[in-house]
Amino acid sequence: MRYVDEAVVEKRMKSRVRNNSILKFIFLLSTLFGLIVLAVLLVRVFSQGIAWLDWDFITGRLSTDPARAGIMGAILGTSWLMLVVIPVTLFIGVGTAIYLELYAKPGRFQNFIATNISNLAGVPSIVYGLLGLTIFVRALDFGNVVLAGGLTLSLLVLPIVIVAAQESIRAVPNFLSEASYGMGATKWQTVKKIILPAALPGILTGSILALSRAIGETAPLTVIGIPALLIPFPGGLFDTFTALPMQIYYWTLDASLVAEYAYLAAATIIVLLVLLFLLNSVAIFIRNKFQQRY
Amino acid sequence: MSQKITVKLNDQVVKKTGRQEKKRAVFETNQLNLWYSDTHALKDINLSIKEKEVTAVIGPSGCGKSTYIKTLNRMVELVPGVRTTGEIKYKNRNILDRNFRVEDLRTQVGMVFQKPNPFPKSIYENIAYGPKIHGIKNKKILDEIVEKSLRGAYIWDEVKDRLNENAYGLSGGQQQRLCIARCLAVEPDVILMDEPTSALDPKSTLRIEELVQELREDYSIVIVTHNMQQAARISDKTAFFLNGEVIEFDETDKIFTNPKDSRTEDYISGRFG
Ligand SMILES: Nc1ncnc2c1ncn2[C@@H]1O[C@H](COP(=O)(O)OP(=O)(O)OP(=O)(O)O)[C@@H](O)[C@H]1O
Ligand SMILES: [Mg+2]
Repeated sequence: MRYVDEAVVEKRMKSRVRNNSILKFIFLLSTLFGLIVLAVLLVRVFSQGIAWLDWDFITGRLSTDPARAGIMGAILGTSWLMLVVIPVTLFIGVGTAIYLELYAKPGRFQNFIATNISNLAGVPSIVYGLLGLTIFVRALDFGNVVLAGGLTLSLLVLPIVIVAAQESIRAVPNFLSEASYGMGATKWQTVKKIILPAALPGILTGSILALSRAIGETAPLTVIGIPALLIPFPGGLFDTFTALPMQIYYWTLDASLVAEYAYLAAATIIVLLVLLFLLNSVAIFIRNKFQQRY
Repeated sequence: MSQKITVKLNDQVVKKTGRQEKKRAVFETNQLNLWYSDTHALKDINLSIKEKEVTAVIGPSGCGKSTYIKTLNRMVELVPGVRTTGEIKYKNRNILDRNFRVEDLRTQVGMVFQKPNPFPKSIYENIAYGPKIHGIKNKKILDEIVEKSLRGAYIWDEVKDRLNENAYGLSGGQQQRLCIARCLAVEPDVILMDEPTSALDPKSTLRIEELVQELREDYSIVIVTHNMQQAARISDKTAFFLNGEVIEFDETDKIFTNPKDSRTEDYISGRFG
């Protein structure tokens, strides 16, 4: 008695093979869709912006005259923001993940926190802007300065960093930490020397995503009252500032008044993309350097 | 090498008969019970493990062998929901006492796991890890410890030219000897081994067995094994576990030639398990 009837298998084989080919084609189309949209976007941005992109534009101060306008102020503003966002999110995000994954007793409390953090990752960014406005700008009375903007963006991307860090910590095989505990290491020694180094590549990947999101956010900055037209350069945490996405936003809005503003916006987008690209390369470099095999 | 071991073995036999009375117990287990949430995994265990002996723990799958040896260094506590009653005296102190610091215990009671588990670091860093966490920073001392431990685990000659290479470039058997060397680097008194050869080929298995023979000179060893020949070849005492209970515990010779309990006999002759 045989259960596998060769005749039936033979008959079905054809449609199985055909289904396989159809699905392969559909998946290819989905990939192409994304690629094509991206290509169109890049072509448009570059064709509009590249002519306006020169050294004077990058290092110049803001001006209402398109021919003289520069974006150094916005570049500095975005850089200052990152100087706040990177350490704050890494420290708080990784710290929270370590606590939740390694120290907190598993149970309802831990579940409650973990679920809420995942939920927070889905909250619209404008809501974080309101939060930042209430806490940092008004209650703590920072005003619309670098620190307030940076902390607001940190809040926005913290959930992403926490979830990514939690997942990479969870992915570190138990046998590594067991080996460490088995030699009399304390929990903190094990975390520091075994778990974090092994989780680092994953944590960095998550942080890259988070940072890319923070660097391009406009809505929360608008809500906390960051101006777009600002002549002086920011020089510290308590200076007012503007950021690249704000600049892009307002120039795009005002393109109806001065047509050239659209090209300035495109040129600024190129700068923002390059900045993102550089940040990602650094993170990928660090990630590859620390990638471990086991 | 094997000749040396035969000689050693003969010495051992002389020693075994000559000094048997004097051997002190490293672990005295009294009325130990352990539960994983609702599973009663160890039931009224009473065992006395003597120093500088190899104690084999045998028994069918799921009978509690791993649980027992993981209790000896309290690694079992890493599983949430574990409860114990009774006591395990290590050098006359109850290790199950809340006040007994696990870090101290695990420094003196090392463990080798079933699957070789080196750190994803260099061979050197693997060995130096233990001494470093215990505060040794001097490079010269660390170098000496690394060499001594690797020699102790008979892997020095194979790795001395590649100490800075990743440990995962070694073969499975070499990795396991590296893990043993890593354990030796902390200079423990006791080494627990949970089926250390079950993931290895016969040749690597033999090398580990030879190594255990060498190590029994200086360490007390508790080894879990599914391999009856292995238990008979390398151990002085054997404990037979069944369903969380110790059915029989005696000299290995007696267990294998003249067991008292019929269930022991059934198990070692391969009738179940
Ligand atoms: N982490 C755990 N959580 C719950 N129950 C467990 C856990 N580990 C082991 N047990 C249970 O405890 C009992 C003893 O398991 P243990 O791992 O000690 O057996 P073992 O003798 O080592 O078996 P094997 O020879 O297969 O390794 C089994 O019934 C097992 O299902
Ligand atoms: Mg086991």
